[in-house]
Amino acid sequence: MISQAMVILIDGINYSAWLFLSAVGLTLIYGVMKIVNVAHGSFYALGAYMAATVVGIWVANGYPPYLSYAALLFAAVLGGFVVGPLIERFLLRYQYNKDEVVILLITYALFLVMEDVLKLVWGVDPYFISEPYEYLGLFSIAGMTYPNYYLLMVALALVVGLSLMFVLNRTKFGRMLVSVIHDREVSAAMGIDVSRIFILTFGVGCSLAAIAGAFTAPTISVTPGLGVEVIVLSFAVVVTGGLGSLPGVALAAIIMGIARAFCIHYIPQLELFVIFSVMALVLAFRPRGLFSLAEARKI
Amino acid sequence: MFKKALIAGLVAGLAASAAQAQAPAQEVKIGVVTFLSGPAASPFGVPARNAAELLVEQFNAGTAPAPYNTKGFGGANARMVLIDEAGSSTAVVTEYRNLVQRDRVDLIVGYISSGNCLAITPVAEELKTVTMLFDCGTPRIFEEGQKNYVFRPVNHATADSVGAALYLKDTKPKVESFAGINQNYAWGQDSWGDFSGAMGQLYPNAKTATSQMPKLFAGQYSAEISALMAAKPDVVHTSFWGGDLEAFILQSVPRGLYKQSTVVLVAGETAMYRLASRIPDGTVIGARGPYGVLAPDTPLNRWFREQFQDRYNVAPNYTAYQMAHALMAAKVGWEKAVAAAGGNKPTSDQLAAALRGITYEGPGGMHRFALNNGHQAVSETAYGRTRLVNGQMTIVDVRRYPAERVMPPDGVKSADWIAGGMKAK
Repeated sequence: MISQAMVILIDGINYSAWLFLSAVGLTLIYGVMKIVNVAHGSFYALGAYMAATVVGIWVANGYPPYLSYAALLFAAVLGGFVVGPLIERFLLRYQYNKDEVVILLITYALFLVMEDVLKLVWGVDPYFISEPYEYLGLFSIAGMTYPNYYLLMVALALVVGLSLMFVLNRTKFGRMLVSVIHDREVSAAMGIDVSRIFILTFGVGCSLAAIAGAFTAPTISVTPGLGVEVIVLSFAVVVTGGLGSLPGVALAAIIMGIARAFCIHYIPQLELFVIFSVMALVLAFRPRGLFSLAEARKI
Repeated sequence: MFKKALIAGLVAGLAASAAQAQAPAQEVKIGVVTFLSGPAASPFGVPARNAAELLVEQFNAGTAPAPYNTKGFGGANARMVLIDEAGSSTAVVTEYRNLVQRDRVDLIVGYISSGNCLAITPVAEELKTVTMLFDCGTPRIFEEGQKNYVFRPVNHATADSVGAALYLKDTKPKVESFAGINQNYAWGQDSWGDFSGAMGQLYPNAKTATSQMPKLFAGQYSAEISALMAAKPDVVHTSFWGGDLEAFILQSVPRGLYKQSTVVLVAGETAMYRLASRIPDGTVIGARGPYGVLAPDTPLNRWFREQFQDRYNVAPNYTAYQMAHALMAAKVGWEKAVAAAGGNKPTSDQLAAALRGITYEGPGGMHRFALNNGHQAVSETAYGRTRLVNGQMTIVDVRRYPAERVMPPDGVKSADWIAGGMKAK
């Protein structure tokens, strides 16, 4: 019984880490820019494809396998932090005075365009880069064998989450970011360069999606359309946690991950519904999510 | 400026109409629908399209071997109108209507998704257009009423599931428990239903350890693999395909699932080339029929493999075979209909009448439209086990099962036939 609980906990935490990494960029962008970025899934896919290319070259050239994790990170940041800011600077920047729904439609169009661009660049054949997944070996617990790569994913999620918390709460840039989250007009009046904050936030948000994709790539077949599923799940996590809330995303990911693992082990028929059931249940009692940000009333 | 563009457009439109009017009257337009984008494109859609392009070209040049060595379709040049199957069922139905009503195709060959097959079948009947469903597996197409214009030139999914259970019975007589992991939609549910039913008949004392039904394209299977391993079944069945199958193999092999259980990959043939070094020896592999590496060694099969390999630098997988079968059956039917119509272009009714009940040979061997008033073809099926030899994936211990043992008799639903003990007629 205890070992079964341990297995559920490990499976749940592992999935939670993946959910958190996939969703955290989306909530950051919404929190600061009030943009529901439907193209988030495309940046996840971009990270996976970039990783497939970079690690493919890395492995083919016989470079040290333990450094392939740095290659994964480099590939993701390269993809997210180049393409993201370009899109913000040359497309989104001209849309901020428009309605939120219009911007949502623009990012949806962007998602469709990026899906086709990915196909044009990488084709429709799948890519496999399982070397980083297999290289770290396995660990056994409660009679079950797991790849150590799962521990890496959990560690990565912790590092990303804690780093974001630190930047937001302990740095000057973070305080400016929080100021923009609460009121961009007053922040601009106080001398904060909101445009700069926006481009950096969008770049970081897109890079986080790309990091999730890059570190997932060794465990999957990198094929067209892999970002579609991610965008749906990320929205579920972000809405449950409270749009724009970092602790909210973390808690929602943990609850959903463990609930899903429990269902898979005991009631597999419910797996399809469990994540959205958690979302429905939370929203029934807290319509703005677990950790919705308090909004100052404007007079 | 706008006026000029409008006039230019009208002129171009008129020129196109004139060109259409001057096109040879004997041209046969074939709508070909397959996934050209999305996750199903690479493993299924693109190989099927490649097979269609190859065969249409060979038919038109008259270079295919007998009995397909007459030029085109009864002497008329065949022209392919290629459509992407990706999108919602509504979009797929709209494209179907466009093919019939706008492009005026003579027949349609296509559809991989069982959901799309179920969606377009009533429309094909309404529009009275002969439609060959070349890949989708759901048995429900003909179980839900008689069809006049819809044909399926290959077995349906029951043959894959029953064939897998028969193969296990022959090669692994002792099974105390079995488990499954299948995608949660029509194909996955039907596959698991038929497989678990067949296992119940062949191993009456075996228990179902667990049945995992993750969402289609979920990609993350860590918890499902834990559940499968915790249940310790003797056999794990999966009808996963494409990226889901590849992700499942990548995630489950290092964790030792294949050491603990015999894993049956019903649609594993599409992944065996790409993941050759990662699929452990002894894994049971299917190709949804006698296709791909499981195809019989016949002159027609050798020709098809050679042509495909030469042109695309890759071996044809089972969807390429299924597409070849559909086009070959269409050619046989069309030429029979032309002969019956005194050399004239046949109507849809004449074509359907000609196709009904025919027997034809493809690279996967002989197929016979034996079920559902001659609309559903049957053939043998085959399974084998993987063995890596000098870094190359090979299939050993191949066993073949005749159509009578894997497909229900005419007029009997799959579920009823399995529940009744799968008796050959």
